[in-house]
Amino acid sequence: MNNLIEIRWHGRGGQGTKTASLLLAEVAFSTGKYVQGFPEYGPERMGAPLTAYNRISDTPITIHSNIYEPDYVIVVDDTLLDSIDVTEGLKKDGAIIINTTKNKEEITKKIPNYNNIYTIDAKTISIETLGKYFPNTPMLAAVVKVSGIMEEEEFLKNMRQSFNHKFAKKPEVIDGNMKALELALQKIHKL
Amino acid sequence: MSIRERLSGNEATALGMKQINPDVVAAFPITPSTEIPQYFSTFVSNGSVDTEFVAVESEHSAMSACIGAEAAGARAMTATSSNGLALMWEMVNIASSLRLPIVMALVNRAISGPLNIHCDHSDAMGVRDAGWIMLFSENNQEAYDNLIMAHRIAEHKEVLLPLMVCQDGFITSHSIENIELIEDDKVKAFVGKYEPKDYLLNKKNPLSIGPLDLQAYLFEHKAAEADAMRNAKKVILEVADDFEKLTGRKYSFFEEYKLEDAEVAIICMNSTAGTAKATVDELRDKGVKVGLLKLRVFRPFPAEEIANAIAHLKAVAILDRADSLNAVGGVLFQDITSALYVNNKNVKAVNYIYGIGGRDTKMDDLEKVYNDLLEIKDSENKVENPYRYLGLRKED
Amino acid sequence: MEINPNTPYNKITIGGNICEAGNAKNFKTGDWRSVAPKWIEENCKQCGLCFPVCPEDAIPVTKEQKRTDYDYDACKGCGICAKVCPFKAIEMKEE
Repeated sequence: MNNLIEIRWHGRGGQGTKTASLLLAEVAFSTGKYVQGFPEYGPERMGAPLTAYNRISDTPITIHSNIYEPDYVIVVDDTLLDSIDVTEGLKKDGAIIINTTKNKEEITKKIPNYNNIYTIDAKTISIETLGKYFPNTPMLAAVVKVSGIMEEEEFLKNMRQSFNHKFAKKPEVIDGNMKALELALQKIHKL
Repeated sequence: MSIRERLSGNEATALGMKQINPDVVAAFPITPSTEIPQYFSTFVSNGSVDTEFVAVESEHSAMSACIGAEAAGARAMTATSSNGLALMWEMVNIASSLRLPIVMALVNRAISGPLNIHCDHSDAMGVRDAGWIMLFSENNQEAYDNLIMAHRIAEHKEVLLPLMVCQDGFITSHSIENIELIEDDKVKAFVGKYEPKDYLLNKKNPLSIGPLDLQAYLFEHKAAEADAMRNAKKVILEVADDFEKLTGRKYSFFEEYKLEDAEVAIICMNSTAGTAKATVDELRDKGVKVGLLKLRVFRPFPAEEIANAIAHLKAVAILDRADSLNAVGGVLFQDITSALYVNNKNVKAVNYIYGIGGRDTKMDDLEKVYNDLLEIKDSENKVENPYRYLGLRKED
Repeated sequence: MEINPNTPYNKITIGGNICEAGNAKNFKTGDWRSVAPKWIEENCKQCGLCFPVCPEDAIPVTKEQKRTDYDYDACKGCGICAKVCPFKAIEMKEE
């Protein structure tokens, strides 16, 4: 299983981190991949740190354990950088993607021992395009871009189909969501 | 053409129930099986099934309602976990003794206490001798496939026993994975119509069920029940054959994974078997001859078949996801060592209690078991400390 | 189907199912009785209150809807008939 990609998400309850991991599984599924998307369940509290996982592969996946050495780590809430070792087990040739407005200096102070750090301001993108703070949509685009699990065009095409289906009863939000994805693909950058 | 989908184990189970379209579903919510009646009640509300959904006030009532419905001549299903099954226990035994082929989805979770909502098999092990056929499922696909096969097995005239399909709580019940679904009409044709011979609502042949059954009769009725459990073995294989013709997916009592030429092997059930397959692959790449036997049919217990399948091994590790607290190891270990002894096969065996209360079982853990086995295989002596723990914190 | 304490286990109905109706008459529940009702015919007005309440159908009734004396093979001596009788036409007596 050399093509297996393992992803770990860190977020807080109520931010849609679990939904984001399931969305990523769906997007990868729609391109013909084998997928797993599962959160680590606990007592569910708004604001409490939570972890979710994805496995994505070209061949069937049989492993049913949590992920300890992820290829990619996604941090949906940058306040977690102070309380959790988000790079634990993260592969050296992998990457970490952080939703933050902090600059390079501030981030490297918090994560001094890891090089491949990407940041994105999902909040500004979300409020600009959706009028509300939904970090999921931009973070999803950021993961796809950094991990290269699929072509950008294919991703956008699949997501539009998925939104058409998901928001069949409120089509006015589809364009905003698509815009959020496109903007995130442009704005994600390596520190 | 099958339908390529991605579903969680609970979604797959609820969808299977929708395709089966039973007459009655009676269930009470309990984590991690709650989603099954939740999704199913949506199907009821949308009119996509004809089922009478009974929202009961406890699991004891859920099983009681299923018993009443099934005895009346209806096809009844339920779902539960952990303490829900414990509360059902009285009625679970009555369902099987009345020979009512009720089908249950059991999403395995630790029995309290202390309170825990995560996976182990202590709930299932608590009803292991209750006269239910028990099928275990590695992933969402197997949970779905086992459910589609369930009624054909349970309702067979030589069986007539209730059946439960087990899957690991959260690990597969809440994990989205790929799955191949069968078309609605094909499921309908495969499962067939429920036509009980005797039932309470048959006014042409009045029937009394569950009478007083004293010294002159209970023994005979239990022996007949035990016969039915023995008969189930043949029926399980027949149904699996038909299922393979329908889907191409092959099922038996157990799956042998790279077992044929293995020197040592692990035996386990449910999701851990998947992680073990990946571990076997990794060790095989290094030239180590390891294998896996994944048990699917736990009751009836295929003792002779297992003994024959592992007779060539030099050592076997039997993994129990429930501790029996009896000072001599888990249920699976006892059943399998007994099977070896009775069938005159001598294989060194060691027991590991693992994964209690949702403790994650990693490939590293399973690799450690294989390494232990390689040591045991080369030893001249009897197995030191055959009752072990895997993944337990302890002082060195 | 005849099932008795000599029937082999593989020949009896599953789960103890009783597949025929009205077989209570096969059982002489009169054995259970410790007190017996006595019908005092001269007090009886044939009002018809006693026989519908008998759990064992132990009070035979003619085509003309008149009760006759007890079927003591069936009567368990429960005394319900004596309780409902308004005319002191049924008395419970130790046997």
